[in-house]
Amino acid sequence: MRGDNLTAILVLVPAMIFVSIFIYAFIFYTFYVSTVKWPTLKPDFTFVGLQNYVRMFNDPRFRIDMRNLVLFAGGFMTQCIVIGFVLASLLDSKIKSEAVFRTIFVFPFAVSGIVTGVVWRWLMFPQAGLNQLLGLDSKWYTTPKWGILAVTIAASWQFAGYVMALYLAGLRGINAELKEAAAIDGASTWQLYRHIIIPLLAPVTFTVIVLTGMGSIRVFDIPAVLGTGAAFSTDMLAFHMFQLTFQSNRIALGAVIASVMIMLAALLVGPYLASLQLEDAQ
Amino acid sequence: MTATTPDVATTAEKSKTPSKPFHWSRILVYGTLILAAIWFLLPVYLMLITGMKTYDQVNIATMWAFPNPISLDGFIQAWEKVAPNFKNSFVITVPAALISAVWGSINGYVFAKWKFPGSNIIFMLFLVGMFLPYQGVLIPLVFTLQKMGLYGKLTGVIFTHCVFGIPIAALMFRGYYAAIPNELIDASKIDGCGFWSIYRWILLPISFPAFAVVLIWQFTTIWNDYLIGLIVVSRPNLAPVNVAVKNLAGTYTTQWQVQMSGALIAALPTIIVYLLLGRFFMRGLLAGSLKG
Repeated sequence: MRGDNLTAILVLVPAMIFVSIFIYAFIFYTFYVSTVKWPTLKPDFTFVGLQNYVRMFNDPRFRIDMRNLVLFAGGFMTQCIVIGFVLASLLDSKIKSEAVFRTIFVFPFAVSGIVTGVVWRWLMFPQAGLNQLLGLDSKWYTTPKWGILAVTIAASWQFAGYVMALYLAGLRGINAELKEAAAIDGASTWQLYRHIIIPLLAPVTFTVIVLTGMGSIRVFDIPAVLGTGAAFSTDMLAFHMFQLTFQSNRIALGAVIASVMIMLAALLVGPYLASLQLEDAQ
Repeated sequence: MTATTPDVATTAEKSKTPSKPFHWSRILVYGTLILAAIWFLLPVYLMLITGMKTYDQVNIATMWAFPNPISLDGFIQAWEKVAPNFKNSFVITVPAALISAVWGSINGYVFAKWKFPGSNIIFMLFLVGMFLPYQGVLIPLVFTLQKMGLYGKLTGVIFTHCVFGIPIAALMFRGYYAAIPNELIDASKIDGCGFWSIYRWILLPISFPAFAVVLIWQFTTIWNDYLIGLIVVSRPNLAPVNVAVKNLAGTYTTQWQVQMSGALIAALPTIIVYLLLGRFFMRGLLAGSLKG
């Protein structure tokens, strides 16, 4: 018995070593690099404190990135929640060929961000694409200043079906008797949603906010295809970090963006994991 | 979380009752669903019609016109460009998915059935790590892979995907194994079964669905990866297919038929897996909602 317990711990050791090095030690190393000089490929570990951060926060491109992050997260979250919730509710209303619709809605999630970006670049091509199909005159992702919102359309196309699946699982988990009881009490559909279904689905919405928030912080593929736009109007943190670090070799400055991304992610994930922990304990 | 998530596909069947009598609101419901379906399929339609055009037919003014005559030139041209990368993606994805599934199964087994003081904390630390953006580790990753002699090689990409797949695979298997009654494990311990024989004779034989879920999840994630492939291998002929498609889109800017064909080729394997094994894919979606 004792030997088996030891085996169990030993079996976990390789994974523990890899996670502690490749995730935790690496993160600390990134934080460390963000506080040293290291201006070119050649390592230079002269400590400079928060100088790199000050420099980054005064950098116009970084400021645009932060603004774009807020816009992207807002647009992406709203579209995913609204589309995901509406489609899940419709699919939950005893639909024929539900499986067909479900398969179609979720399938973009099986497609890569690069493919999504390549197709949507053609769809949002200002002289053709959706403009031509729908008779619109939008500049889409080439819109000065607000182009980033068009990027969220492509991102939501890819992710809203996933959100729909989460909401659908949530709806299926709601006790049918509860809905019937509300109907007997004379609740309208609107009241049923307003007072019963939406509050009961709050944990799903919380999960979706965390997931889409994380997605907004790290989105890389779609901006990589669509480009940074004029005056960085469609630039995002992850892409800026990549260019600074691996194309301009500004290692320490790249590490600053990476550190900011980790801190933002931790702010989002911390409360989420704490809530999961509470659920587990109950 | 994972063990209790309802299976969308099966619960859907159960909740189906005879359809209601005709009502105008049903038209609205179906109308909205059909519009949504068109929206989600529109990019696929565009990929197909553009991919089947010849270069002369690819014209901004007739972008939505059906190809006439239908031509496979775009596909052939795109395939010639991305075939080696398509192969690279398989060489990367298959072993990485297999290794992370086997490894995840054993780790999940320990987390679910051999809890020791601190094992839950270790599990939480795995989870936290899963959420963090890759950018946070890229700089030391590149230097470490260089030191290990794995930088610029497909083995380096495989290794990286295996390491970053540890948390999600362990999470999925832990959820699956947690649903197996502890009494079963305890009884076999009394019968003299040890750590490995319980795994081999009790858990492994019933693990097929969990393996399917994890393999499909990892296959999709790794196949669709762009960042790791971009960072770890610098030579274009070693790049995975999504890196190649991105480059194709950069070089053939006006040859939309080549771009669309390339995108379709890159998307095909995961779409096929999704269509054939959608049930397991859905389960992975719900279990993986922790990651996204």
